[in-house]
Amino acid sequence: MSTIVAARPLPENRVSPVFRFAMLLPGGLVTFFLILFALGLVVFLAFRGNDGSLLGVGLTAENFLTVATDPLYWTVTLRSLVIAGLVTLATVVTAYPVAYYLAFHAGRRRNLLLFLVTLPFWTSYLLRVFAWKIVLAYNGVLNSAFIETGLWSQPTLAFLNTPAAVVVTLAHAYAPFAILPIYVALDTIPKSLLEAASDLGARPFTSFRRVVLPNSMPGVLAAALVVFVPTVGDYVTPAMVGGPASTMIGTLIQSQFGKANDWPFGAALSVCVMLVILCVVLVTRGADRRFGSRT
Amino acid sequence: MSARPDINAGGGWLGLYVFGYLVFLYLPVLLIPLFSFNNSIQAAFPLQGFTFDWYRTLYGNPALSGALANSLIIGVVAASGATLCGITVSYMDLYGRSPLAATISAIARLPILIPGVIVGISLLILVNLIGLGPSRVAIVLGHILVALPTTVVVMRSRFAAIPKTIREAALDLGASDWTTFRRVMLPLSAPAVLSAFMLSFLISFDEFIVVFFLAGTEPTLPLYIWSQLRFPRSLPTVMALGTVILCASFIIAGAAEILRHRGLGAARRNPA
Repeated sequence: MSTIVAARPLPENRVSPVFRFAMLLPGGLVTFFLILFALGLVVFLAFRGNDGSLLGVGLTAENFLTVATDPLYWTVTLRSLVIAGLVTLATVVTAYPVAYYLAFHAGRRRNLLLFLVTLPFWTSYLLRVFAWKIVLAYNGVLNSAFIETGLWSQPTLAFLNTPAAVVVTLAHAYAPFAILPIYVALDTIPKSLLEAASDLGARPFTSFRRVVLPNSMPGVLAAALVVFVPTVGDYVTPAMVGGPASTMIGTLIQSQFGKANDWPFGAALSVCVMLVILCVVLVTRGADRRFGSRT
Repeated sequence: MSARPDINAGGGWLGLYVFGYLVFLYLPVLLIPLFSFNNSIQAAFPLQGFTFDWYRTLYGNPALSGALANSLIIGVVAASGATLCGITVSYMDLYGRSPLAATISAIARLPILIPGVIVGISLLILVNLIGLGPSRVAIVLGHILVALPTTVVVMRSRFAAIPKTIREAALDLGASDWTTFRRVMLPLSAPAVLSAFMLSFLISFDEFIVVFFLAGTEPTLPLYIWSQLRFPRSLPTVMALGTVILCASFIIAGAAEILRHRGLGAARRNPA
């Protein structure tokens, strides 16, 4: 005998509270405790004075005054911005043609190529930087290769311990970050747009400049952001290949929590970096909207 | 006239460029295996002859095996945590229909916008505050955070690729939320779960920037490498170790990539 069951309400309206709680718990703990609370601690500590204790003492803006008035911090911040800016520009400009090829020309090889360009992303960052150290070193690969081929008679120190070495190393280390967002943006451009452009008589370059490029800008901006953020705060690459002339803001933060042992001041520097990143994110968002975000 | 004449023009030159780009991407990294077999302390040309000596120095090194054990334990625990969070956060983001779930999902992807050094110091302050101090548990917490955006993105795209009708059918047939999740949605996304686990394990295993702040007396493998870089004499050993790590990373990342795409076709072909 079949019985008639009353129609159930829509599935979405009857999520059980226990299930909801259990499913939200792990993510909630991690996001609110490890991310928001920990970042709140950094902001709190930035307004404290250093007395050697964990959370400092008093309530002061002195840390920020020091950052604002000491030219050292302006120099280092500016250098970090220039280095991160150059790295971002280099990675995005060199990644764009690769993403373009993947989206429009790769054909059957697309999945293999996508895998090959993202594979370095999953290998050790420390090892990639280390590889550049042995390439650029005084008795290293590049110098010895040039001597071997007779181009130079003796090694030169010109590679290692320069800001240029930092830019090249970081650009290589973060190259895989840039390709994927641009590829996704290019791949999701409706093919009808391209056909319309060519049907209406646009030459290849015009069609690229007026149709493809503007439509891929959201991906370019996303790529710029994911490269800029880790590079602006990096401290490993300057330490390994940069030498004293390429101290970056991340190096200063690291030393405040290490040798210098002034945690409140390190926290204040971190807050400044986060503010700079916030500005960059807002500018990127604004530009994204101008290009008609599709994300 | 072909449908897309403009787009296909110049593909040959572009192909050449992509090839050059891949060479630039891989050449510096491949120098590490090359010089790990070179019979010289210096990483320089000309090559001095073939040797396995540097690999022999890896055996019977208690500091190295201790660091390896730490890295493996931390990697497995952190990957489990990050994968659990990635599954639940993205599932609730897609099907939870609550502002809280959407907020959690948004914050979970926030670590992309925070430089590693700041993630490291914020957790350093936190673990000291709760009395844990720098330790293996602290490293696990840090690595869950670093791997979280990846697991959320992998799981979210997988859940989104499962046709809505499957979940609705399960609920209409009387399955509870828990049963639907456990018996329908999770098995359908099993390859992605494994892929997320492997990728977050790799992230943890190779991570250096955050772990630098959170390690107590028990270093991980990247910290061991960092400590060895000060000694020029141990450079070849580092390169032998690096070669082993690179090979393991390539294999795990390749397997994860294959898994990530596996079974999607089946789910799409038979939507009910």
